[in-house]
Amino acid sequence: MNYHLNFNYIWTHFDKLTWGLVLSLELAFVSILIGVAIGLSLALAYTGGGRLVRGVVAGYVEFIRNVPLLLLIYLVFYGVPSVGGFAYEPATSFVLTLSVYAGAYMVEVFRAGLTAVPRGLIDAGKAIGLNAWQRLICVRLPTMFRIVLPSLSNAYVSLFKDTSLASVIAVPELTYGAQWIKTNSFRVIEVWIVVTPLYLITGYALLFTLQQLERRFAIQR
Amino acid sequence: MIFALQSLPYLWQGLLMTLEVSALVVFFSLIAGTILGVAIVYGPRWLYWPVRIYSDFFRGIPLLVLIFFMYYGLPLFKINLTNFASVVLALSAFKTAHIIEVVRGAIQSIPVGQTEAGKTIGLRFGQRLLYVVAPQAVRRFLPPWINAVVDAVKGSALVSLVGIVDLMLAIQQVIGRTYMPMPLYVLGALMYFGINYSLSSASRRLEARFAYIRE
Repeated sequence: MNYHLNFNYIWTHFDKLTWGLVLSLELAFVSILIGVAIGLSLALAYTGGGRLVRGVVAGYVEFIRNVPLLLLIYLVFYGVPSVGGFAYEPATSFVLTLSVYAGAYMVEVFRAGLTAVPRGLIDAGKAIGLNAWQRLICVRLPTMFRIVLPSLSNAYVSLFKDTSLASVIAVPELTYGAQWIKTNSFRVIEVWIVVTPLYLITGYALLFTLQQLERRFAIQR
Repeated sequence: MIFALQSLPYLWQGLLMTLEVSALVVFFSLIAGTILGVAIVYGPRWLYWPVRIYSDFFRGIPLLVLIFFMYYGLPLFKINLTNFASVVLALSAFKTAHIIEVVRGAIQSIPVGQTEAGKTIGLRFGQRLLYVVAPQAVRRFLPPWINAVVDAVKGSALVSLVGIVDLMLAIQQVIGRTYMPMPLYVLGALMYFGINYSLSSASRRLEARFAYIRE
């Protein structure tokens, strides 16, 4: 009894995979944008805020970082609407979850980035008469972004991989496309043989491209 | 509410399964990761590339895809494992790739001067590794390793997707019976949080404890 690999069904339904891949990248992109917004504002609140603010931010970060993403996805998709008495699209719910998840990691990244801005630069800003707000916009944030750029690109690739979990709530991304083909054709092994390299190549292509960007914006010493 | 309380022993079983999977994964990945991590730093050239490719491959694909790949794909190579064995294998292979990098980073963070000093006083390779590099590298290794352990516990939630009744699946089954999603998901989140937070605060204590080490 020999098993014969047969990729025909996959090639004819390859659009499920290409569009799935595009959706995965989109989900990760939107999530990191919102995640960066959450992370940045909370990191600023943390560094500038009092004990209460710090406690709340730390609580949020610790909670998200210590709970499996899968559970958060279920919690947001099934749990929250059951209490709130509303419903949303799987994709909306997933982006919400992934953004909140990314936000927790971004807080840590930006907090470290803000601390890494050299004291002398901020003092120089003071010396030329910038007020606190101007120092933040013109000195601290631009420097911080250049420092945290490598962490941001790693986070993006990592989130791209995490989008595979969206398949559990039927968001039609790459893994869901794979499972659709699997359930319709029973070509189980073939589909994973095709999908694994898709993730691998896309992930490393992204990382490579982002590293070029990092090099362009890196702070020259 | 009574129903939810009755389900507690069942959740406890699930929690035990989660801990069992995590413990096995942590154990296997620690051994394999340490061996391969040492090999990638000190090993010969022909060993470097296979380990490098292994590590980059497994860190480059989503864990969920890897689990499905092993669960459905291994029988193709006439390897028939139970679902438990196949997910433990998948998670361990994934975690090993991360541990390799942690070990590599820890060893490479030790200044070359230390190894050279070991050479100067006539220590052999094994002795240098055991008495000079390892005691210092372990301190650099522990905090990121505990983070990897936390990740392993979180990653173990994915085994629910191939039908192993861990905490995650136990929660969902109880929800299926009681239709009380929110309280049970929150309870589950707190259970995961309890395990992982104690681990990560241990990591933070260790970091503080070893913070005095400077180059």
